[in-house]
Amino acid sequence: MTENTLLRLENLKLHFQTTKGIVQAVDGVDFSLGYNEAVVVLGESGCGKSSLAKAILRLLPRNVANYSGKVFLNGTDIMAYDDEEFRRNVRWVMMSLVPQAAMNSLNPVLKVGDQVAEPLMTHHGVKKEEALQTARAMFQHVGVPDAFLDRYAFELSGGMRQRVAIAMALVTSPALVVLDEPTSALDVLTQANIFNVLKRLKHELETSFILITHDIATSSELADRVAVMYAGQIVEVGDAKSFFTAPLHPYSKKLMASVPRLRGDQEPEFITGTPPSLLNLPTGCRFKDRCPAAFGRCSEEPPVVVVDQRLVKCWLFG
Amino acid sequence: MVANMMVEKTAGFSGDSIKGDVLLSVRDLRVWFELRRFGFGHAGYVRAVDNVSFDLHYGEAVAVVGESGCGKSSLMKTILGLNKPTHGDVKFDGKDINAFSTKDWQWYRRQVGYVQQDPFGALAPFMTVQRILEEPLIVHGVKNVKEREERVRKVMDEVKLSPVDDFLSKYPHMLSGGQQQRVVIARAMIMEPKLIVADEPVSMLDASVRVEILKLLRGLQESHNLAMIYITHDLSTVRYFSERIFVMYAGNVVEKSPVGALLKNPSHPYTNALLTATSDPDARNAETFKEIPPGEPPSLVSPPSGCRFHPRCSKRIDNLCNVDVPPEFVISPDHVATCWLYK
Repeated sequence: MTENTLLRLENLKLHFQTTKGIVQAVDGVDFSLGYNEAVVVLGESGCGKSSLAKAILRLLPRNVANYSGKVFLNGTDIMAYDDEEFRRNVRWVMMSLVPQAAMNSLNPVLKVGDQVAEPLMTHHGVKKEEALQTARAMFQHVGVPDAFLDRYAFELSGGMRQRVAIAMALVTSPALVVLDEPTSALDVLTQANIFNVLKRLKHELETSFILITHDIATSSELADRVAVMYAGQIVEVGDAKSFFTAPLHPYSKKLMASVPRLRGDQEPEFITGTPPSLLNLPTGCRFKDRCPAAFGRCSEEPPVVVVDQRLVKCWLFG
Repeated sequence: MVANMMVEKTAGFSGDSIKGDVLLSVRDLRVWFELRRFGFGHAGYVRAVDNVSFDLHYGEAVAVVGESGCGKSSLMKTILGLNKPTHGDVKFDGKDINAFSTKDWQWYRRQVGYVQQDPFGALAPFMTVQRILEEPLIVHGVKNVKEREERVRKVMDEVKLSPVDDFLSKYPHMLSGGQQQRVVIARAMIMEPKLIVADEPVSMLDASVRVEILKLLRGLQESHNLAMIYITHDLSTVRYFSERIFVMYAGNVVEKSPVGALLKNPSHPYTNALLTATSDPDARNAETFKEIPPGEPPSLVSPPSGCRFHPRCSKRIDNLCNVDVPPEFVISPDHVATCWLYK
């Protein structure tokens, strides 16, 4: 545990109970994040990446079958906190979330300014006047005009609503913000704009980000490091530069090759097959059925190997 | 300016490459929706499509690119006959759709296939795949059951829903997103149309499946010599799947060009902004800020005077761009931009 680790996950698991069996959405994730660092979690839909966000922030549905592992925040194990302590000391104090489709998660009958100010009032006991002042400052950071404080969500465009949701996540100055697909419903120009805002916030407020997305191309706009998730597990973690130039894991390679590029000529390729069901996971490597490099050993659980300070969970390197 | 207008006249619609016969020709098309105050009393128009002209040739794939609200869906719906043009002509194979009789419409529906954006929403949840694909055949009077089944099997084979027998009796909810979209494509193909209109066919699908579906569409387009209108907001997929691009902004087509020329030499400032905003996976992206035009697309009820992009444009020419509507200027053969910078 080095001093510059903000968040560290150890063998984090989040399983859900369903009528069909147990869904192993997050299945043993180890992962760490430094101060003022942005990590991208990449994966296809259904790989458990949104559940990872829920597990980190402990925003759990009722049908949880197994929620275990360790989560260290600033060196303290926050899994040991009970729900009330967690709410009081962690959520929206130390870390906050911009949920998926955040632009539609605003309350339609509250002014957006009041909504952004609300976390300050509930978590820090700040008076409304003061909270609104901070909200105003936050609006400036994300590039929403002051006058919008008094508007309702329906009066704002999608891009503006998304910025308001980001402002709400940042208003309590948390050290970490988890963004779940922050731009997938937005137009290209708006997307680029939001990423400009996030980059600026990273410089100005020194916030750390976990960006959860399936959009590899735009994720490179913010990434310091990249983690690739497949069937509930993280299969590769590496710095953005080496990941985007030369991914290691066969799945990451396939994923990178599937991205259509505007500049450069390589034809995009698709990944054959479908990911395994999280209800019924294969033994050994979970990617082996789709993997072009699979061999006999892949039916055993692959080790996590360190290659040039990058982590990869694959027998090819072990 | 006059000279340029002349060039434009003599060259005809120079944004349209000369490539065989024209299948679909659109001239000065306007699709305006009337706004009413309290249910009656005129309160203006939403000018969703305003003065759009282009030609589409047999076997040609064209991408229409633009942000949401730019009028690309209204344009598409008008071509499909779901909206009535307010003004202007849409001619398919030389016949004007404004003058269609009921019989002509039936004929036209066989000529044009439609691939919807959301495959699950587009498929009736209570019908099996076989029934979904048979429906158009029944509607268009294919009475022979055997023939219907043969055609269903053939088209399923073409969209690679194999083994066919496994899929025939399945309901849409039993299929993955990619498979659902294949059913939608099969349904669009089953009447053997000449034109396919695909409205954001992959935006609801997972990244890894997108390429697969686009390649399937491209393959069908080439093997059947189909004309295709591919509507999208994602410039990065366009180059692999179409020959020409039309860029739309606020109801106007602002640039028409072959794909290669547009990517090499984007001429309209809006096209340029779209290209800049589109990322490739590259770690260097995180180090720089992107230059994005300020503001948001205008209201289509009262669009800005002159060029509709001028309030956001960094290259605007005062007393020109905000006053006069720019005509099409020829950049290179087949490549036109409606921008005063090229006068």
